[in-house]
Amino acid sequence: MTIAHGEIQETIRMVQMESLDIRTVTMGISLKNCASHDFETVKTSVYNKIVNYAGQLKPVAERVEKEYGIPIVNKRIAITPIAEILGDASVEQAIELADVLDQAAETVGVDFIGGYSALVHKGMTKSDETLLEALPKALASTNRVCGSVSIGTTRTGINMDAVGKLGEVIKDTAELTKHDNSIGCAKFVAFCNPVEDNPFMAGAFHGAGEGEAVVSVGVSGPGVVLNALKRYPDADLGEVADVIKKTAFKITRAGELLGRVVSDRLNVPFGIMDLSLAPTNAMNDSVAEILEEIGLESVGTHGTIAALALMNDAVKKGGAMASSYVGGLSGAFIPVSEDNGMIRGIEDQSLSLDKLEAMTCVCSVGLDMIAVSGDASPETLAAIIADEAAIGMINKKTTAVRVIPVIGKEEGEIVEFGGLLGRAPIIGVKPFSSDKMIKRGGRIPAPLQSLIN
Amino acid sequence: MKKRAVVTVVGKDQVGIIARVTNVLADYKMNIHDISQTILQDYFTMMMIVDTAEEDQIDALLKTFETIETEMNLTISIQLEDVFQAMHRI
Repeated sequence: MTIAHGEIQETIRMVQMESLDIRTVTMGISLKNCASHDFETVKTSVYNKIVNYAGQLKPVAERVEKEYGIPIVNKRIAITPIAEILGDASVEQAIELADVLDQAAETVGVDFIGGYSALVHKGMTKSDETLLEALPKALASTNRVCGSVSIGTTRTGINMDAVGKLGEVIKDTAELTKHDNSIGCAKFVAFCNPVEDNPFMAGAFHGAGEGEAVVSVGVSGPGVVLNALKRYPDADLGEVADVIKKTAFKITRAGELLGRVVSDRLNVPFGIMDLSLAPTNAMNDSVAEILEEIGLESVGTHGTIAALALMNDAVKKGGAMASSYVGGLSGAFIPVSEDNGMIRGIEDQSLSLDKLEAMTCVCSVGLDMIAVSGDASPETLAAIIADEAAIGMINKKTTAVRVIPVIGKEEGEIVEFGGLLGRAPIIGVKPFSSDKMIKRGGRIPAPLQSLIN
Repeated sequence: MKKRAVVTVVGKDQVGIIARVTNVLADYKMNIHDISQTILQDYFTMMMIVDTAEEDQIDALLKTFETIETEMNLTISIQLEDVFQAMHRI
């Protein structure tokens, strides 16, 4: 069937003027067979396996973006949660392994490798403990290694001992990277209900149910959605949802096509499409601005959650129609430092940490790329994680926390992370302590699945 | 079957745009299946459906287009046809 000129023009406009891109092509690689009683063997086989599988990822993806004229912004790798192959390794060895991962990522030319992770939502094994101990130094001494820890699920409840520990991990990481605006924390996520096939960083890992290797794709396109809405300034909210749905459909189809071509050429099975609307600091590539276009003076004001719920749902509906294999986090991301509209909202004081928390009830993930004042205590950070995990646990959805306590900075200052990570105004935390609750430890029991009001 | 691509050229109208672009296509032995061109408020817009270049020549082709883009102040893009099919057809 021939393509109409209007359709050609629409695609070109989306790419050239509205920042349509494929945000990430992420290769998941299982490292289960790299486990060994001899740690030197572990290091060599991890390095070799990653380089063998992902060696062609970058050149192939770059080739495909040229042929199709749609940029693939990031090429990344997700691996088996490292705690699962650590065995009896020591903390120092676990840090060495992070360096090996960093080198492998550098060799194959990917910007991030995710999966320096542990799943401890119910309890911690010895190797999980080792990984948690190693995390601050591992995050500080590497450039490309991302870590994540699952601390709760709807079926298990929340492991508050692990939550308390993560407060310390985040604070230590911030201290170790304080010369660099505590950037190490930007590579770490705490999860409730994590997904096993998320292609987005910093929370990507290759889950236990996944195969040997897989290629998953994360699309993007807040700019495309924003511009589509601008063409319907007087539409009612039903029509707004419809516009978002149709746009998400087109974006997803483009993403799936390119993802499948990449996976074909690499001879690795195609995994899933993640439909997340992921903003960048490019002009007009902001999720906050979509909410404002729907009719809010500034993101964070009354009505924000309703608008976000509408948008998130419409994106999923359009995307689910476009691809048979939807997975990952699929929804809207609301990172602060990577979204010009969110940054403005905080500067104008229309958006607060409390409102961001509330927003995470209806969007895809959680508190993301939020810079808080450097004097936030480990217990306060842990309590922020606990709150967010509770939202995820009760609502049966993924929630995550990626906060950066920027050592030496206070509320109201601006911190520049640079590159894709953007910049963020420092948000203050409440001056009242949560110490006692965190120190109690133990597990928050799994919630009832009936009596759901 | 050989894959087809869509070439679009947009820019301020001037003498010789079609000549320059189609000459390049001929150099790379790329057959043109369909061509359409309009001028909208002084802006030249052309779309062509063409055969794709040989795999190993894509980089050279893109470079040549880049040169024309700077010399004539145009925007030229070439994309495989599949992506339009995927985005606009169920």
